[in-house]
Amino acid sequence: MSNIWTIAVKEYKSLFHSAIAYVIGVVVFLSLGIYFWVLLSYGIQTQSYVPEMQILLDWIIFPLFFISVPVLTMRTISDENRTGTLELILTAPVRDWELVVGKWLGTYLFFLSILALTWIYPLMLNFIVDPGIDQSMLIALYTGICLLTAAITAVGVLVSSLFKNPVPSLLASLGMMILLWIIGAPGNYTSGFTSELFKYLSITGHYYGSFYVGVIDLKDVIYFVSLTILALFLGSRVIEARRWK
Amino acid sequence: MINAVGLTKYYGQNCAVKDLTFNAKKGEILGFLGPNGAGKTTTMRILTGFMPPSSGTVTIGGFDVIDQSLEVRRMVGYLPESVPLYQDMRVYDYLKFMGQLRKLDDLDAHVEKVLEEVDMLERADSYISKLSKGMRQRVGLAQALIHEPEVLILDEPTIGLDPAQIIEVRKLIKQIGKEKTIMLSTHILSEAQQICDRVLIINRGELVAEDSPENLQQKILGKRKVTVQLAGDPQKALPYLQKIEEISSATINEKGMLVLESSGEVDIRPRVIATLTNAQQDILEIYSESLNLEDIFLELTKEESLPVSQEEDLGEAELDAVVEKEGDSNE
Repeated sequence: MSNIWTIAVKEYKSLFHSAIAYVIGVVVFLSLGIYFWVLLSYGIQTQSYVPEMQILLDWIIFPLFFISVPVLTMRTISDENRTGTLELILTAPVRDWELVVGKWLGTYLFFLSILALTWIYPLMLNFIVDPGIDQSMLIALYTGICLLTAAITAVGVLVSSLFKNPVPSLLASLGMMILLWIIGAPGNYTSGFTSELFKYLSITGHYYGSFYVGVIDLKDVIYFVSLTILALFLGSRVIEARRWK
Repeated sequence: MINAVGLTKYYGQNCAVKDLTFNAKKGEILGFLGPNGAGKTTTMRILTGFMPPSSGTVTIGGFDVIDQSLEVRRMVGYLPESVPLYQDMRVYDYLKFMGQLRKLDDLDAHVEKVLEEVDMLERADSYISKLSKGMRQRVGLAQALIHEPEVLILDEPTIGLDPAQIIEVRKLIKQIGKEKTIMLSTHILSEAQQICDRVLIINRGELVAEDSPENLQQKILGKRKVTVQLAGDPQKALPYLQKIEEISSATINEKGMLVLESSGEVDIRPRVIATLTNAQQDILEIYSESLNLEDIFLELTKEESLPVSQEEDLGEAELDAVVEKEGDSNE
């Protein structure tokens, strides 16, 4: 465990050394802030609309999927590979999976920090609307987003382990995100097992089908946790396979 | 301490290391010489557990590098050739990080001690990206030394350093080598001669020679060659020279210079001069060529550019041929 933590802490700290992390922070908060203001203004104008948390939080999910996660995970392992530090870490007494999990954890903790800061919007909303916002809804939403982030970050780390340069890694993980986003769609137009399979694979289905409507379903929790573990497991195997090449 | 038997590594079809067998004792500094692409780095990567061999076994301190990889890695300090470092970290934090991965107690003391050893204490708070090549090399060395490893594996440790730093690093290596086992690769032969107890020369993944630097020099240098330029006709001088016992062959090269070969360690020049002077031959120039490891090495490096079909095993016999050829080209 301690190797994982050592690597995670180093990764977390190093994100604050890179401009990209700040850019992403700014993008997330700026878009959230603007959208929050728009929702509030609409609510004030119509006098009958109460801004909904799930709609606001979509503005965390979109950038997470298509900017933050691909960009921040692209260099996690590919950079170690490119600069040769992978050789350094893997000749120290560190297991392959400890490196992968450590890298994932460090990046994930960074996202969790950003997510923690976004609580400011529901907090504000809670003061503005009467009698306050639905707390259980909020908890379900954030649980869902945290699980979703864990899974897609793990996928990003997995993709990064396949490449030696960050740019192909970025493009590949963008591709993966798009795939994970739309893979459920064919499920609507097929039937039987095929339909079930597509629907089950859909990462968006597991969020929008339950957490988004305020439900925490164990089935979906298991889906995200398994996806995370699977991606990290495959990432470790990729590194192991690299040794044998 | 290090025991490698029949080490072979293929990259696809390409054989990088072929049936390499060697060992290193405790307190020995083993030099690993060879041209680029000879398989030095591959061998070192196998020893450090970064990659497994295609066949063959390596044990370090009695632990197998594949089956007991973690034990081996705890025991070994390694400086890869490219000196990979985290550019965005400060020297101190970086060493601390590497120390943490090695589960060191009293981390700060270790970091400070090793920084002092490599003379980088005053740059401890600098970002690694701001350091010069030589300083990075020293940070890399510090990383390899931080856990006071029993075995130190250094891939070209003095590359990119200025002469003063090279001397410092060599001194440091010699110092450490008194108690620990060190294996270092280099293509600077004088370096191997200066600091190594034993030298392995490999070419295209195969062991070409193995001995102490002194013996190796003896073995390879065996012959001495003296070239003489005369004012007059060298043909006339030949009969006189052939009377000198130590001269094993006397020939005239295409430039009309006399080439005298002798075996053994005796310098034949005084006798050659005396003989020629007595024979009233005017000497314009006389010089002795001693073939050293450097020449052999250069020749090996040259061989590298040959087309694949000509790439054959270079054994002891060929090595002699190389010596001969080197001599010819110098004439």
